[in-house]
Amino acid sequence: MSSSPTPTATPITTEVQRANARYWRRNLFLTLALLVGWFLAGLGCGVLFAEPLNEHRLGGFPLGFWFAQQGAIIAFVVLILIYAVVMGRLDRAHRRQVARLLAEDADASSASSATEGDA
Amino acid sequence: MTVQAWTFLFVGLTFSLYLFLAWRARVRDTQGFYVAGRGVPALANGMATAADWMSAASFLSMAGLISFLGYAGGVYLIGWTGGFVLLALLLAPYLRKCGHYTVPDFVGDRYESSAARLTALLCALFVSFCYVAGQMRGVGIVFARFLEVDVDVGVAIGMALVFVYATLGGMKGITWTQVAQYWVLIAAFVIPAVAISWQLTGEPVPQVGMGSELSSGVPVLDKLDQIHRDLGFADYTTAFVGSWDQLNVFCTAAALMVGTAGLPHVIVRFYTVKNVGAARWSGFFALFFIALLYLTAPATAAFARYYVFESLHGKTEAELPSWYRTWEQTGLVVWLDDGDGKLAYHGAAQQEQNEVFRVGALPAVEFAEIRADHATWLESGGERGSDGRAVMTAKNLSGFDADILVLATPEMAQLAAWIIALVAAGGLAAALSTASGLLLVISSSIAHDLYYRMLRPQATEAQRLRVSRTTIGLAVVVAGIFGIYPPGFVSQVVAFAFGLAASSFFPVLVLGIFGKRTSAIPAIAGMLTGITFTASYILGTVYFGWERWCFGIGPQGIGIVGMVLNFAVALVLTPLCPRPSQKARELVAMMREPEGD
Repeated sequence: MSSSPTPTATPITTEVQRANARYWRRNLFLTLALLVGWFLAGLGCGVLFAEPLNEHRLGGFPLGFWFAQQGAIIAFVVLILIYAVVMGRLDRAHRRQVARLLAEDADASSASSATEGDA
Repeated sequence: MTVQAWTFLFVGLTFSLYLFLAWRARVRDTQGFYVAGRGVPALANGMATAADWMSAASFLSMAGLISFLGYAGGVYLIGWTGGFVLLALLLAPYLRKCGHYTVPDFVGDRYESSAARLTALLCALFVSFCYVAGQMRGVGIVFARFLEVDVDVGVAIGMALVFVYATLGGMKGITWTQVAQYWVLIAAFVIPAVAISWQLTGEPVPQVGMGSELSSGVPVLDKLDQIHRDLGFADYTTAFVGSWDQLNVFCTAAALMVGTAGLPHVIVRFYTVKNVGAARWSGFFALFFIALLYLTAPATAAFARYYVFESLHGKTEAELPSWYRTWEQTGLVVWLDDGDGKLAYHGAAQQEQNEVFRVGALPAVEFAEIRADHATWLESGGERGSDGRAVMTAKNLSGFDADILVLATPEMAQLAAWIIALVAAGGLAAALSTASGLLLVISSSIAHDLYYRMLRPQATEAQRLRVSRTTIGLAVVVAGIFGIYPPGFVSQVVAFAFGLAASSFFPVLVLGIFGKRTSAIPAIAGMLTGITFTASYILGTVYFGWERWCFGIGPQGIGIVGMVLNFAVALVLTPLCPRPSQKARELVAMMREPEGD
């Protein structure tokens, strides 16, 4: 009842800040990884490696040509799908973690206030 | 029923549907007017974004361009879809988290500078007006070809329709009509492609059909390469031919991607959803719905290319198909015979044998003279008059106009009348949906950023709504006038729009989100460097005969160099300039935090 967490640097706010920083790092890592995929699929297979890939065939398509007119687009759709799904999971995990931190903190403070009452 | 009757029916039905939806979605506050009350579901926003993005150019011109360029046509496919990856990963979720109404609004608040806000505002207006002129023209052309009304009357009808639903419903009205327009345009694009694929290869899925065999047993693409070689064109599937060397293909694709991610009328669509998660999902749905058309376009392009050779090359006057006659009247395709009575269509390597041309921007009188001289030349056996083919080749008018392909392909394949009419309704839907999205950007830039944020911050809600409605009404009229009297540079102007968006908006937005330390001075210096370099290079190479001094990169691809310069200037200046204020730093921190429940 007596000790609600103050807005300045109590242990619980630094914990939440640390969780936020971790979330941001994971977000950056995922974004970067997907952008590498974006570059390889579109500008890589579609343009930079188009000539060597054209030596190979996919059904009736030369492979480089297929990437430039079909494959890259399919890859782009999949990349955004992965981003939306993984970020959604990351969001939910982060929300659960923050809720747990807050609950633990509330337990700890109510426990400490209870012992104070006993004494 | 004739094609024209079917067209009247489809256009009438779809237009009534758009008006009905607009009436249902009319709004009473600025939040509804600018961002549809932020209540659009991700799936619907994906469809609306797809319709917003796919313009008259995507629908009418792109397959035609691919058909002419072969492999290099992929730059448009990669460029205009790859941009959505950048948009969905780097911009949309963060901008939605900030919760502004417009892009200049974000730039102004993040960099705390009216100069930055104004620069962004002018770029947004310029890019949007460039674009909207082409859309209105597209509306006019479809009306002229299929309903046989004057191009100007067609533009006026389109204007009236957009005027009603944009002033009534603002973003909300535009969103729900765009959802409907998406289905009209995608049906109109995919149904003919399926029918043609089935006819040619026995495969109903055009993307598979393109890689399958013709009834003669030869794969479609091999057959195309063969025809191209025989008639003096560059191979259809070979990479990097002619002026499309590897560097230019790379730069153009990259510039289109980055430009796409920086286009304000696409970005604002992400402001209309409920939360950040919905912004991510609408990025996925948008590209998914766009991909349905973009994966079909190369198949349409390949089939159309095949039909063109099959139905034109080597035919006599009497054997020419009826679609040729229809389009000949428009001057988009003309035939100057060499005297043997058989049409010959050849590429650059056999230029002297080619007999197919287009009138292009030539005045009708001038072409009539060339044609008359050519007839005299033929009759006199070369003694009098002059060879029209040489004249047209010198004027760079060989081959027919790419714009007719999508509209003419259903006729080439002799599909049913209702399919041909459906294509007309689809072209109108594509042009109208993009036009309305652009007009909203123009209106909100003026009414929100200029009037409310800069000139009269004390304006009431009712005043702001009134100004918004008035500016969107005025913008429709201005756009219509551009459509009736098109500035003669529409196609270059589109390259310009992408170049500017790539070299100004994209870096300033990315740095605003990912560069905590970047403040107003580096951002503005970067934008000005990017814009100045890109604009002067495009104007110089297109109008003033400059050499392509920057590694031979063409005007379409130069935006990527402008973007690199913008980033470089901003990043070099960043450590030298004062930090952003506490408030701006808090805004950045807020954008990066995950969203609560």
